[in-house]
Amino acid sequence: MSSFDVKTGNARRTPVLFTRVTEVIMGRFIYLDNAATTKVYPEVAKAVLPYFTELYGNPSSIYSFAGKAKDAVEEAREAIAGIIGAKPNEIYFTGGGSESDNWAIKSTVEAYGSKGAHVITTKIEHHAVLHTCEWLENNGCEVTYLDVDENGLVNPADVEAAIKDNTVLISVMMANNEIGTIEPIAEIGEIARRHGVLFHTDAVQAYCHVPIDVNKMNIDMLSASGHKVGAPKGVGFLYMKRGIRNKSFLHGGAQERGKRAGTTNVPGIVGLAMASRITSDYMKEHAADMASLRDYLIKRVTEEIPYSICNGDRVKRLPNNANFCFRFIEGESLLLLLDNKGICGSSGSACTSASLDPSHVLLAIGLPHEIAHGSLRLTLSSEITKEDIDYTVDCLKEIVARLRSMSPLYDDFIKNEK
Amino acid sequence: MYSEKVIDHFTNPRNVGEIENASGVGTVGNAKCGDIMRVYLDIDDDGVIRDCKFKTFGCGAAVATSSMATEMIKGKTVQEAMKLTNKAVMEALDGLPPVKVHCSVLAEEAVHAALWDYSQKKGIVIEGLEKPEEAEEQKVELDAE
Repeated sequence: MSSFDVKTGNARRTPVLFTRVTEVIMGRFIYLDNAATTKVYPEVAKAVLPYFTELYGNPSSIYSFAGKAKDAVEEAREAIAGIIGAKPNEIYFTGGGSESDNWAIKSTVEAYGSKGAHVITTKIEHHAVLHTCEWLENNGCEVTYLDVDENGLVNPADVEAAIKDNTVLISVMMANNEIGTIEPIAEIGEIARRHGVLFHTDAVQAYCHVPIDVNKMNIDMLSASGHKVGAPKGVGFLYMKRGIRNKSFLHGGAQERGKRAGTTNVPGIVGLAMASRITSDYMKEHAADMASLRDYLIKRVTEEIPYSICNGDRVKRLPNNANFCFRFIEGESLLLLLDNKGICGSSGSACTSASLDPSHVLLAIGLPHEIAHGSLRLTLSSEITKEDIDYTVDCLKEIVARLRSMSPLYDDFIKNEK
Repeated sequence: MYSEKVIDHFTNPRNVGEIENASGVGTVGNAKCGDIMRVYLDIDDDGVIRDCKFKTFGCGAAVATSSMATEMIKGKTVQEAMKLTNKAVMEALDGLPPVKVHCSVLAEEAVHAALWDYSQKKGIVIEGLEKPEEAEEQKVELDAE
């Protein structure tokens, strides 16, 4: 069988990228997958270009030419610190959210724990946190994965109850990447502080989209990523409160005050800061507008498409996130047909993940497997208009009806109803 | 990720629907894993498959393999349909990604399950056809959920 797979696997693949780009040029294109990644702001792309071709000096070098690059990095550090209420020397640039999560969690356990250290996290974290915690477990640590309620909310009382003598770290995401639920971070931070346990939050989805103050929220470490806020891919940062004994994760040169080796990604960092400023300024002004467009989408879908539900908390929710389940149909089919209409979305269906299980987040909020397979996440940006939403909902109604008309599950359901 | 033929059979599936008073109906797969296929056969007195329809809950590959498998057995005799393999369905679709091979297996099983149902209704034995145990177990699971 495998030799056959190899043979057919090579046979006549659709040049997907090419056809999609053509479609983009030829027809309607609505990008509703901004939680996956975002378009780099054109002004950001323009502003970083000189750092590739003109001010390309290595900030670690001594001559004045490199000093310009170094200044740009330090200005970026200051701008980012300002957005989350931190000091510039508490910001460490990384290769992105996953690296920041790995660094925060592994190094905290290394610095504060030993074998048998205990970490508290939740069942709905991003895999960058979950798989890191599984790695810790394989290396002699103990991890508690907290349940969440049907809206995906962590109960701070559960966090407190899970704290033990050997607990060294609590890691709870600020906002969930699939269902958009915003967690009670300030309450959890207060509990962590009271018990003398370090608190890390994966804020990859929340950063610049919701207001963050690391001091008021008692956050010791915070992970963020650039490409979710209109910056290039491959850059992010870890905020670490001053005084934390966190060890170096990437060994090598003395960049980032000796904590993170690797030649400084100057264009990435400049882009990260500029895009962060644009996004956070925009959200300060327009979060309510985006949330009302989101609510309009949720309202139309749940009212006009039977047997559909909206997942996640309806109020404590990222302004750009909508997540649905449509009973009796499967998510990948839905995405393919939406793609035919020029609409980009994502699904927690198993078929989109190469495993047989649907999204761990949807299972954690209590959805049965067969309903979780029919999920759809649509995430907005500032470019999305009400007209785009109307077009999307109209297409969605047609597609869901079409897939149901060929679903044996729907058949059985309707016949049982009668 | 998918060949043009898979996309074609997914976007314009052939033989979607059901046949009332079908000669044989077979359902395989389970909702928990995200794939269910149901195949309906209309078989004449000479044992020729006059018509064939399907309903599928599943991904693009699940729909495309159902469509292709039903196309391949239409107009064939029961014995010919028995010989349908998942490999032949995949070849006819210009291949499937490795993670989707199980969809073609399901399509083969759905056809066999419908033939089994036909053989039971007719009280005949079709050479090489075994009772599709899996399908029944999965049916129970589906009902239970």
